[in-house]
Amino acid sequence: MLQNGWMMPYRVLDLCDEKGFFCGRILGDLGCDVIRVTKPGDDPTRKAGSFNHKTSDQQERLFWLAYNANKRSITLDFESTAGKEIFKRLAQKADVVIESFSPGYMASLGLGHEEISNTNPSLVMTSITPFGQSGPYRDFKASDLTLWCLGGMAYVSGDPDRAPVQVSSPQSYLHGGAAAAAATLIALYHRELNGEGQWIDVSIQEAVAHTLMNVVQFWDVCGIILKRSGVFRTGLSTAANQRLIWRCKDGYVNFPIYATTGGAQSNAKLVRWMEQEGIRDESLSAIRWEEFDLSSASQEQFNRVEDSIARFFEKHTMDELYQGAIERGIMLYPVYGAKEIQEDPQLMARGFWSNVVHPEFGEITFFPGSPFVFSGERQNIHRPSLIGEHNEEVYSAELGISDDELRSLRQAGVI
Amino acid sequence: MTGNALTGLRVADFTWSVAGPLTVKFLADHGAEVIHVESATRPELLRVLPPYRNRQPGLNRSAYNACLNNNKYGLSLDMNHPRAKEVLQKLIHWADVVAENFSPGVMAKWGLSYEDLVKIKPEIIMFSTSQMGQTGPRARIGAYGTQLVSLAGFTHLTGWPDRDPTGPYGPYTDTTIPHVGVAAIMAALIRQRRTGKGTHIDISQFETALNFISPILLEYAMNHRVTTRRGNRSSRGAPHGVYRCQGEDRWCAIAIFSDEEWKKLCRVMGRPELAAVPRFASFQQRQENENEIDRLISAWTADQPAEKLMNMLQQVGIAAGVAQTGKDLLEHDPQLAHRRFFRELEHKEIGKHHYETPPFRLSKTPCELTRPGPCLGEHNEYVCKKILGFPDKEYDDLMAEGVLR
Repeated sequence: MLQNGWMMPYRVLDLCDEKGFFCGRILGDLGCDVIRVTKPGDDPTRKAGSFNHKTSDQQERLFWLAYNANKRSITLDFESTAGKEIFKRLAQKADVVIESFSPGYMASLGLGHEEISNTNPSLVMTSITPFGQSGPYRDFKASDLTLWCLGGMAYVSGDPDRAPVQVSSPQSYLHGGAAAAAATLIALYHRELNGEGQWIDVSIQEAVAHTLMNVVQFWDVCGIILKRSGVFRTGLSTAANQRLIWRCKDGYVNFPIYATTGGAQSNAKLVRWMEQEGIRDESLSAIRWEEFDLSSASQEQFNRVEDSIARFFEKHTMDELYQGAIERGIMLYPVYGAKEIQEDPQLMARGFWSNVVHPEFGEITFFPGSPFVFSGERQNIHRPSLIGEHNEEVYSAELGISDDELRSLRQAGVI
Repeated sequence: MTGNALTGLRVADFTWSVAGPLTVKFLADHGAEVIHVESATRPELLRVLPPYRNRQPGLNRSAYNACLNNNKYGLSLDMNHPRAKEVLQKLIHWADVVAENFSPGVMAKWGLSYEDLVKIKPEIIMFSTSQMGQTGPRARIGAYGTQLVSLAGFTHLTGWPDRDPTGPYGPYTDTTIPHVGVAAIMAALIRQRRTGKGTHIDISQFETALNFISPILLEYAMNHRVTTRRGNRSSRGAPHGVYRCQGEDRWCAIAIFSDEEWKKLCRVMGRPELAAVPRFASFQQRQENENEIDRLISAWTADQPAEKLMNMLQQVGIAAGVAQTGKDLLEHDPQLAHRRFFRELEHKEIGKHHYETPPFRLSKTPCELTRPGPCLGEHNEYVCKKILGFPDKEYDDLMAEGVLR
């Protein structure tokens, strides 16, 4: 077993592809014993211990690497007769099975929730699919982009005069995986009380829809269809677009004109800073921010305010503006890329990054850390396991399969 | 059905805005008893932001605020009143979990730091989520998710390579918190049941959001390459885009991941000859000529309804999806309707409106949406008398003195 900060008393069999990687990763972060089960045939090199990938696409490899930390790994051809029996034995000793196959696939193998729970009624099975186990879209093909679109996020993201856009690092499956982890733990908590397991049906489309904030409500009670608005933001003022992303000397910063007490202070402090640097704008200085009504201010009012601010930002670098904003209490953040994120002092101070040594990828000194900090201690990161790395440990030591049997299973290609 | 999954779980919910309330809503949806504590003197941000029913502002009229707080009891306190402590003490005694998402230091000001809570109830679980986490030199920066989206890399990664970055809609990083937060709370509760130990959960929104772009952070860590926005292009498929359809601002995504799917697409487009064009033959070639392919596809999609196009492509096994609006989700999506993703509840001031269910269904203990988001202080009397056990006289005093409002 991998040693983590917390040893949650659960064994999880993780059969997921990329749609569900993050679910097992979160459960692993929280100290569950997560065992990834992959079919030997999924490994094109058919060589135990090799990095499992059908394509050499870099983004896909990194996605695999990121979300398979904190898991053990075994191989099993659970489509074969012998493999099914072994899977049932594994499931008998497991608390959770997570899977992301097409609806009906597990049942077609005789390994659906009903069959497994006959022998292990306290098992929680979590199924992660693009649209859920039933309904008219149940068999629809999906990808990160199509789910981002059907979940509603694309339509409100990007420039108004162009197509709706994605985030250029896939998001949809991560929301689905995180939702699945939350649901699994709710079911496990319930099981602690009365011992009963159940089947969880996660819809990735719905998980994406939960990132929409107020979009649906704007239609529901106001009859307004919110649209994407580029560097401006929408959904707050009903009367005007407000600039959110501004150019500066060496990049961009994010600064909104906010209402409420905190926002008024932030706005006033920026104006004072501008004055100190000789940018005087009588109409700007005259605004009483605590009375500035965000929800009814006109476009003209916003434009006037924004012209002066834009001139000020263009004179400064991201770092100057961020540092100045921190010192003065202004709500401004720089637009960071991966490089600046890696150098961020707050992340360093909190020990966010992990040092991971992987036999194939070498040493990774800035492996993104676990988001879980409990009473001051961050949960550990164990490097992603090699495919089948824990076959012996799991099959022999924990499942009690004899060496002879193991050998014949290997020869038959089951393991 | 065997009741709700979280029946008997008690949560004192001090959260506000989006990330915190949505985390706790998922618990309330599954039967946890939640008291949502709000300041009676400084109404929370979302109560003063639209959308209001019929665009008429009012503290109890913001539909989004309501949607993050259904199934919760509403308690409104003057947190700075000297007698507020009497209510808070009882509340902490009652609670299994205390949830909050203020800047670090705010709870301590009210005598509600983790150290304070432990003195009242040693096994308590405190869930804190803030922008930067509870520790570190920048822990107390007072900004919102709307800006954190930029610090956490999402702005840089979203938009067109020839334009300024735009970021995804809204305070997107807030939406990375709720499921991760629920997982943390549940894990802490399970551990507490088994060991008797409580804990202080410290979830940084910055760090959690970064877990949603780990691949590009690894790309830099391992290869020193900074990934940047590339419209709707993909490193795995081509063509891969969102295409204009018939009607005003209607769009449909099409994602092709194999030569086989490309051939199918050409046939559906009524252009089988394109499948034989050598410069479109492989993924790599299609990627090199993606602008040209995008123009060909757009010419075909432009006069077709988006839904019809999606269904036609799905029938031959191509991943396609309409870029749905809020209206589409609520009124036209047959899948969401089938799963009853939205539930209608009647709110005192907003009237009938729709609430989202969690994106998962537990077979034996599904979510149940029973009550709309509370009006400010709607359940003061019920909470004080029935849940916290204040005698009538004491409750009247608290009201008269303005502790409760």
